[in-house]
Amino acid sequence: MELLPGELEQIQRDTAEILQHHGTERQELIPIIQEIQEKLGYLPKPAMEQVARALDIPEVDVYSVATFYNQFRLNPPGKHQIKVCMGTACHMMGGHIVMDSFERRLEIKEGETTPDREFSLERVACVGCCALAPVVVVDEKVEAKVSPIRVDGILLTFEIEKSEQEKEQEKEQQEGGTEE
Amino acid sequence: MSIADKYDAIRIAAVEKIEKMKEKPHVLVGTATCGRAAGALTILDVFREEADKHQLDIIIDEVGCMGHCYAEPLVVIAKPGFPAMCYGPVDEGIAKRLVADFLVNDDPCYDFAIAALEPNDEFPTFEDFPRGVIENKIILADCGLIDPDDIDHYLARDGYAALAKVLEMEPYAVIEEIKSAKLRGRGGAGFPTGVKWERCFQAEGSPKYVICNADEGDPGAFMDRAILESNPHQLIEGLIIAAYAIQASTGYIYVRAEYPLAVARLRNAISQAREKGLLGDNILGSDFSFELIIFQGSGAFVCGEETALIASIEGKAGVPEHRPPYPATYGLYGKPTVINNVKTLSYVPHILRKGADWFRSIGTENSPGTAVFALAGKVVGTGLVEVPMGTTIRELVYDVGSGIKDDKMFKAVQIGGPSGGCLPESSLDLPIDFDSLQEAGAMMGSGGLVVLDEDDCMVEIARFFLDFTQKESCGKCTFCRLGTKQMLDILTDITQGKGSTEDLDILKDLAEDIKMGSLCSLGKTAPNPVLTTLSYFRDEYEAHINEGRCPALMCKDLISFVIIPEKCSKLCDVCIGSCPTEAIYTRPDMLKAIYLDKCVKCNNCMVACPPQYKAVIKVSPPIVEENVEGGRADE
Repeated sequence: MELLPGELEQIQRDTAEILQHHGTERQELIPIIQEIQEKLGYLPKPAMEQVARALDIPEVDVYSVATFYNQFRLNPPGKHQIKVCMGTACHMMGGHIVMDSFERRLEIKEGETTPDREFSLERVACVGCCALAPVVVVDEKVEAKVSPIRVDGILLTFEIEKSEQEKEQEKEQQEGGTEE
Repeated sequence: MSIADKYDAIRIAAVEKIEKMKEKPHVLVGTATCGRAAGALTILDVFREEADKHQLDIIIDEVGCMGHCYAEPLVVIAKPGFPAMCYGPVDEGIAKRLVADFLVNDDPCYDFAIAALEPNDEFPTFEDFPRGVIENKIILADCGLIDPDDIDHYLARDGYAALAKVLEMEPYAVIEEIKSAKLRGRGGAGFPTGVKWERCFQAEGSPKYVICNADEGDPGAFMDRAILESNPHQLIEGLIIAAYAIQASTGYIYVRAEYPLAVARLRNAISQAREKGLLGDNILGSDFSFELIIFQGSGAFVCGEETALIASIEGKAGVPEHRPPYPATYGLYGKPTVINNVKTLSYVPHILRKGADWFRSIGTENSPGTAVFALAGKVVGTGLVEVPMGTTIRELVYDVGSGIKDDKMFKAVQIGGPSGGCLPESSLDLPIDFDSLQEAGAMMGSGGLVVLDEDDCMVEIARFFLDFTQKESCGKCTFCRLGTKQMLDILTDITQGKGSTEDLDILKDLAEDIKMGSLCSLGKTAPNPVLTTLSYFRDEYEAHINEGRCPALMCKDLISFVIIPEKCSKLCDVCIGSCPTEAIYTRPDMLKAIYLDKCVKCNNCMVACPPQYKAVIKVSPPIVEENVEGGRADE
């Protein structure tokens, strides 16, 4: 994905800062990239290159670890992250139907981000709430017993929130305009 | 001051603090991840606000999970003069009533209660129900009753007493005690824990390491998460004892990054243990020092395998290595390392406190102790249960779990996750222990138990697990990497009605080859879900292949949704609003019908159709367009 202007500098600054309070041993690699992902939301290419240089290991080693584990993502996440649980219990209680509903509503496939970067859709192996299946984690909040209708509800909440924010912004702009 | 005196000092201080707290009314809200998903944090806020409003002098605590997930959010109220009562599911209204009626006045609101926690003349306790009779809680006993963020709660219940005792024993005597208790590893395979420790103790090399495997990757299991979130000190005590027994100076807890609350509670527990002198240099004034580090796993099922887990801590991709040498002699950084599961280590303090004989008196001869299961799926009483080994599956599903949801027919239990298998009704009387399950083709696994009913397709569940193991295969062994892919493709074909009879033989051959040709348990056990469903539910496979029919009406490509005109009402059109693709239309006679080509089979209309009509049904094999009664309205 294309970096936005100024994003590269930000990535380099953040990565350098994280590298500072870690050693340079190989076993620091996973904790370091975990921290980068927590800060930036994903692992940008320049950050991985910077980590490889700092730990003095080939870039491909960083890439192989980042792609081996499910936790790491190489694309920026959406503003709202939707994780659909695909554990056994959720699957049997209709998790795949919930996933289908999100895919249909957002017009993206699992693992993708909507073009406006508002939503990203992921599958997770199990969030450990099997008794409340099917479960969806929306921005760290666990939604229990999600039905396809609830999917519409979840997305609608965000849509309303967004349009309200836009209205407020417009209002502010207008007010700002009159003051000028 | 001796070790015992030092320990007594901190324990007595904790007891005094807790006793003092008990003088006030106490509200405990279960806020483990499962409780939070059900809305426990809102309930917690309601209690706090209401208590302020009524100016009550009470204590409101966050606790872990009691295991009664079906009744989340759970609240325990202990008011002096009344038996401690457990309520659930508690919504905002009930929470307000409980404050106003019980805490302000003296009405214990029995209508909302599930059970009392102590015997009394008014209300039954958990032990009065079938579940309570069969259950025998050891490692779950304190879960949901103590505050995991306050070490004094654990100390007041004799926590760390086993550690104080152990520090005055010879390290090898500790190993002997565990060996004599016949404790077997709860991670799945059931290897004797004492033998593992002994090998590591005798191995040359220093320093030695002890690792707790909390990388609960089995999709459908949440026991380890609940224990970590509800009683982290029990595990930490077990880890320190293991470290003392093998004389390790550093330990790791390898916990999934997907469990943020567990990580936070562990961090806090470790720092509290350090403050009390139970962790760090010269524990309780002895010569023994031990450091504990939390390592967050990044989500790879294969890291449940010991050697892959070690590779992961060393900063590499989690790819398993050939064994032997076993980690007990050549583990982390090439040093002797003991790796135990969360539950295994949680038993350790109990065994050392109450003795090996006590532990052996529970369960069966070769699998002593209890088994912890995460009961999920189509069962009424979902949750965490701890039953003695040797309990039958029937008792577990019907007595402990109170039977199948919505009076449906029992079909199978999926036990042991992706490494386990599906056992049919004829296996209901199988006693649950390591050996009997292995004989039946399943596996104890880590303890996930998913109940399946008549609506669950066995081919689909086999496909689901193969899909999982295929994605999680690390790719080192060819048979596992390519064989699981082939099996998955065949199963996918079958669920889409594109299978052939020869496929079943090919599946069996592939399964044998993958078992033979894989290095680690992921590959060795990956075919189990397919093999067990093939042997117990062959007729379902055949229905898919020969008739293009899914008997459980689950495989999307083999079903159609239809509205039965006789049941549909002219006055109701909720289904039309529920349909995301505008596939439902009103016929000239005002009844509703579905455009089959527009229908995405999302189930919305079936859920939306009011229960008095139940007009939407699924049929298999799918309906071909021209057979639709009445045809399309626009034709």
